[in-house]
Amino acid sequence: MWYHSRVPSQADPAVNERPKLLAILKEMVLLLIRPFVNVLAEIGLTVRLLAATLFWGVRPPYRLSLFMEAMEFVGVQSVFIVGLTGLFIGMVFGIQLVDGFRDFGAENQTGAVVGMALARELSPVFTALMVSSRAGSAMSTELGSMRVSDQIDALTTMAVNPVQYLVVPRVLAGFLMVPMLTMLFNMVGIFGAWLVCVQILGLDSGIFVDKVRWFVDASDLRQGLVKAFAFGLTISLIACRHGFYAKGGAAGVGQATTAAVVQSAVSILALDYVITSVITGGF
Amino acid sequence: MSAAAERDGRAQGADPVHVRVVDLVKSYGGTPILKGVTFDLYRGVTNVIIGASGSGKTVFLRQLIRLEQPDSGRIEVDGVDIVPLGELELTPFRRKFGMVFQMSALFDSMTVFDNVAFPLREHGKLSRKQMREKVEESLEALGVAHAIDRLPSELSGGMKKRVAVARALVMEPEILIYDEPTTGLDPITSRTVDELIESTRERFGITSVVISHDMESVFSIGHRVTLLYKGRMEVSVTRDELIRSDNVHVKEFLQASGVRMP
Repeated sequence: MWYHSRVPSQADPAVNERPKLLAILKEMVLLLIRPFVNVLAEIGLTVRLLAATLFWGVRPPYRLSLFMEAMEFVGVQSVFIVGLTGLFIGMVFGIQLVDGFRDFGAENQTGAVVGMALARELSPVFTALMVSSRAGSAMSTELGSMRVSDQIDALTTMAVNPVQYLVVPRVLAGFLMVPMLTMLFNMVGIFGAWLVCVQILGLDSGIFVDKVRWFVDASDLRQGLVKAFAFGLTISLIACRHGFYAKGGAAGVGQATTAAVVQSAVSILALDYVITSVITGGF
Repeated sequence: MSAAAERDGRAQGADPVHVRVVDLVKSYGGTPILKGVTFDLYRGVTNVIIGASGSGKTVFLRQLIRLEQPDSGRIEVDGVDIVPLGELELTPFRRKFGMVFQMSALFDSMTVFDNVAFPLREHGKLSRKQMREKVEESLEALGVAHAIDRLPSELSGGMKKRVAVARALVMEPEILIYDEPTTGLDPITSRTVDELIESTRERFGITSVVISHDMESVFSIGHRVTLLYKGRMEVSVTRDELIRSDNVHVKEFLQASGVRMP
């Protein structure tokens, strides 16, 4: 019959190869989209935790002592490391600016540039990076250890909501303490720059201080503070998210901590660009 | 009237079925783990759930206390289905349950006292003195009062288990769940834990639910035994009926556990 020649036989190699090709194609597509799906899943989980934090954060009981403990841990215990970082950043920045500005006789502008750069960019970014490394990693490890040893489930079985008990105080502490530490970074950073520029490199103290006062205004500080609030919320939320949903025993806790620190650092830098673009109209 | 006596009074005229599980289904990533589990947990007795690794025991337990949301089915606690309830509505039901985790799950940053006092601080309205007395009484009853100021890391496995039981009991739950309580313990400590489970049930008149694959424990403390097999309830019978069961999976499980069949 004429149609016999049109019906492919099982022995036809092209027919057998087709499902294989489709399977390989499917694998390749999955391989390509998997990273994007994973990123979306990460964002989704973090947003869900934020929603749960807001939901449980406004409901009683309000555990003031836990909140104070978290503030002390995130804020007070970070004062030394943030201050030290601020001092060195200010000092290095001061040296570099004086060195660069001297080429065209503008070293007197150092105070203005140091002040503005610190207030707008350096203080919030470096403060958030330091808090994320010190407090964020610790939060992630603590919650992760609690998760893998069933302590978080134990809270649930005792009718205590774990998000309300563990996540709310930490996220709130991060949100409030990073801006305060940023202000500290500003002050210590400007002092560090003044120390190097005036006491070592011989700039005039009056001019340095005057330039800082003249050029750094409330809008610069406001820009830095907006970033600091956003960074504080982001890093504490990312740290809690990785710890809270950790799985896989000790190795899982280690991975959660690493992921929390890396994601926090990347998020800080990405968010810095977005906020700066919005505030300065750079979009 | 004490809470235990009040509970006994309620229990006398109460439905013998404390928790009814109907057609419970749970899947992870499209893989079904519980495939329509249906059975009853009886009031005031020790209900043991047995099954091979991967049979769905722990998954079942996580649904029972709503640590996870089942895909479908009903879990009726005193006649009320808790599956559709939200987190806020679940709180009064969660207080009916106490749970002793396999690894005890004590808060490692808190002392034994703070661990046991934790649920009282969160839910109770007791003064500091009353709380101290209640915690001491609870630890005394379980023979670990001397460890009151120690951290969990300073306790042996058996002591941790006792503290975990004390923490679960301090809020006077109606149902106490033990997740593989003898796993990882030596035979002597295992039997001590069995005695602890039985004496706790008798003393406080509670419903015990024990997940286990330690057959010595099962025959020592279990009044009713349920076998889960590949995500389904195979049998749910009394201890004596289990021994005489013709069910092929029961026989296989008992023989593999070294139990002599009649």
